[in-house]
Amino acid sequence: MSHSYTATAKTLHWLIAIMILGMLGLGFYMHNLPLSPEKLQLYSWHKWTGVSIFLLVIIRLAWRVTHEPPPLPASVPRLQQWLAHGVHLGLYVLMLAIPLSGWLMSSAKGFQTVWFGVLPLPDLVAKDKALGDLLLTVHLSLNLLLVTLLLGHVGAALKHHFIDKDTILTRMLPSFIARPPDTTNP
Amino acid sequence: MKRLVLALSLNAGLAPAVHAVEYTKVQVDQSSITFTYTQMGVTMDGRFKDFTSQLSFDPAQPAQAKATIKVALASIATGTTEGDDEVAGKSWFNTKAFPTARFASSSVKALGDQRYEVAGQLTIKGKTQAIAIPVSLTPQGSAGVFAGSFTIRRGDFSIGEGSWSTFDVVANDIKISFKLTAVTGT
Repeated sequence: MSHSYTATAKTLHWLIAIMILGMLGLGFYMHNLPLSPEKLQLYSWHKWTGVSIFLLVIIRLAWRVTHEPPPLPASVPRLQQWLAHGVHLGLYVLMLAIPLSGWLMSSAKGFQTVWFGVLPLPDLVAKDKALGDLLLTVHLSLNLLLVTLLLGHVGAALKHHFIDKDTILTRMLPSFIARPPDTTNP
Repeated sequence: MKRLVLALSLNAGLAPAVHAVEYTKVQVDQSSITFTYTQMGVTMDGRFKDFTSQLSFDPAQPAQAKATIKVALASIATGTTEGDDEVAGKSWFNTKAFPTARFASSSVKALGDQRYEVAGQLTIKGKTQAIAIPVSLTPQGSAGVFAGSFTIRRGDFSIGEGSWSTFDVVANDIKISFKLTAVTGT
């Protein structure tokens, strides 16, 4: 049993992590812009990236199902293990639900999603202002929940690394950064 | 020969009853003016809710037909309040200075099979362009439905100035489709 994640799992984790952080910033920024060509452009980029993240998460889940991740060390208390798994499950659910809610919101607001301006996604719901406003609230709420879970996820990883000094964080780091724990100088 | 022409014109003059119908009254509730365009590769549509038309069209004498259509530009429905407010503004229609778009026919040519080419002048935002619009006529009971579509370039009418004047976000081509249902006036 390996004690580190596979290179593929690491790549997908960090690629999606960077995209999500960018998307969170972009989402909150573009929402308050006055209508302009830039705003329409940013919205399109946001949608294209959202669809891309959704597809990457599908790939990631397929990889996750077929490649068992390294187990948490026995030193981690059972409650924390359950908590960690719960947060991971929540993050996976949100990484699928957030793009879905954005896609549905686009349709309800009457702006079809066309991936990279080339591949049109079907409108699963008809244009409906009330539904569009509701889905905007859903999209925002799910993102606030995502931010909360991310703070827990990142906080826990940092706590394990700097306080518990275990390998929880390093086993997900790229191998050129991660070094085996320094045992000569505790 | 002269006699024959005289007889024919007399006949036409004396017997207006042979004119099957002359469509003059446009039924606003059964008529529509819509438009489509692409924005970031996404097909968008909208419509104008308020327009008036003056029409006289006798299918037996299409060359005599006349049509004037005035569209209240502030009645645009782009799908969002934000969009409606934006296009009423100075860089788009500037509806305060130019409240109406106007089409006035100058000649009508029968193309056969209830199809016509209506040439005329289209004036939007103080700019006039000659256009030729293909129109099909479909009799519906006592009414006639005139339908067709044509494409204008918004740049020709300065619709979308300043930061909107490039066509990478909102395309230059705007396709306008119309359906005018008219009944006989008498």
